[in-house]
Parts: sequence; structure tokens; C-alpha cells
Amino acid sequence: MSNGLIDFVLVSVALLAIGIYGLSVKRNAIRMLFAIEMIVNSANLNLVAFARFIPNSQGQTLALFSIAIAAAEVAVGLALIIVAYRMYRNIDIADFRSLKG
Amino acid sequence: MVDSIFLAVSVLTIGSAIAALEIRSLIYGSIALMITLSGIAGFFLLLDAPFVAMFQLSVYVGSIAVLILFTVMLVRRELIFNKIEDHRRRYAGIGLMIIIMLGIGTIIIGSGLKTMETNTQTIDYRKIGEDFLTYYSPALIVMALILTSSVIGALALARREDVTNEQRTD
Repeated sequence: MSNGLIDFVLVSVALLAIGIYGLSVKRNAIRMLFAIEMIVNSANLNLVAFARFIPNSQGQTLALFSIAIAAAEVAVGLALIIVAYRMYRNIDIADFRSLKG
Repeated sequence: MVDSIFLAVSVLTIGSAIAALEIRSLIYGSIALMITLSGIAGFFLLLDAPFVAMFQLSVYVGSIAVLILFTVMLVRRELIFNKIEDHRRRYAGIGLMIIIMLGIGTIIIGSGLKTMETNTQTIDYRKIGEDFLTYYSPALIVMALILTSSVIGALALARREDVTNEQRTD
């Protein structure tokens, strides 16, 4: 295999930076969920890359757990977005402020 | 040195990640997110982890992307095609992205990861199954309970009848 560990880690850093950019700039709730997915995927990529190069099977096991937990998180997040959309008729997170005193 | 397949997959992944955040339509954005997640599955295949790659394809591309597409379809039309973002924060966000890329990138390039090479055998997926059923079996049961409770919670949230838009104050 000609690809080194550092190449995978650099791709993962790029995905993390793009995710943080989306999370800090966008106000659309669905797009913020996209950004969270990118950050979670960069973490999974790191796990599997280090598991290949150490080598150890526990990294892949942890990546499988992480993928399953991310699926649950997306289901709850989308349900929350649907409830907020029915309440405010909007998905702009600057409008979700009934908790503001 | 990297090979051409790695370069193609990384360009596809990073490019469609940027497109998922920047394309005006949310529907095309979610399709671009699907391409990003498939690219991550391609990386898993390059890392000799076909079991994780298939899991990624079936969970992310198969279920999560379809769930996101259904949610996008439930939203009003003009919200799908309008970009909602803080214009003042935009350049600060781009600056933050470049700072993170350069900062963590230089740290990683300066670290000892560059010399790390492997010539060992790939991990058999039977080993993963054995791990799941022996050492990690309590964690597997807890994860099943978490998944069930999150699905029940999502259904209970989304099916609430008492939520209307009369709580809006302005």
C-alpha cells in the first residue's frame, strides 16, 4: 500500500475544518446537521486509518459503534428540526428563541 | 507518495463536502452529502476495511441520506432554495477554516506520523465479529437499547399533535 497514514489524517483534518466552517457560518438547521455529519465522518476516518496502521481490530470495532450512534443522533436531530419547523414555520436557527428570556 | 485512486477519492470527498454546504438548493446539497459519505466508504476500502465500508454505505448512504431527503421535502419551497447564513460571519468562518487546516496540518506534518509504514496483514472481519460477541457484547447490548430508545424518542417527537405555530410571539 503506497498511501501513508499522514495522507488519510490530512484528508480528515480538511473534512473537520470544512465541518467547523459550516457549523459556524450557516444558520439553516439542516445544513448544520450536514456539517455535524462531516465532523463525525472525519473522526471515523481517523479511527479506521489508525486501526490499519497500528494494526489493531479495536479501531474498526469502535468505528462501527460510532456509525451506529451517529445514525441515532441524526434520527433525533431530524425529529427536533421537524418539531421546530411546525412550531415556527422556519428552519432558521436565529428564529428558534422561545427559551430566550 | 499517494496513488491516483486515493487522489481521486479525496478530491471527490472534499469537493462534494464543500458543495454540500455551498450549493443553493438543499436537495442538491443532500445529494452532495451522499457523495461525501460514499467517498468516506471508498477511503475505508482503501484502508482494507471492507466490512466498515459496507456498514458505512448501508447506514449512511442507505438510511441517513434518505431520511435527510424526506425531511428536506417536508420543508416549504422557498426555504429549500434560499441560503440562510450570516454574511458578517462568512469571512470569519473562512478564516477559521484556513487557520484550523494550516495549524493542525503543520502540527501533523511536523509529527512522527510521516514515517509510519505498515507491512502487516490486514485485519480479518472475523476478528471484528469475535470482538463484538465476546469482549464488546455488553456495549453491543447497550447500543441496541440506545438505538431503540432514540427511534422511539424521534417518533414521539415527530408525531406530537399539540405543537402548532401559535406559540410564535411576533
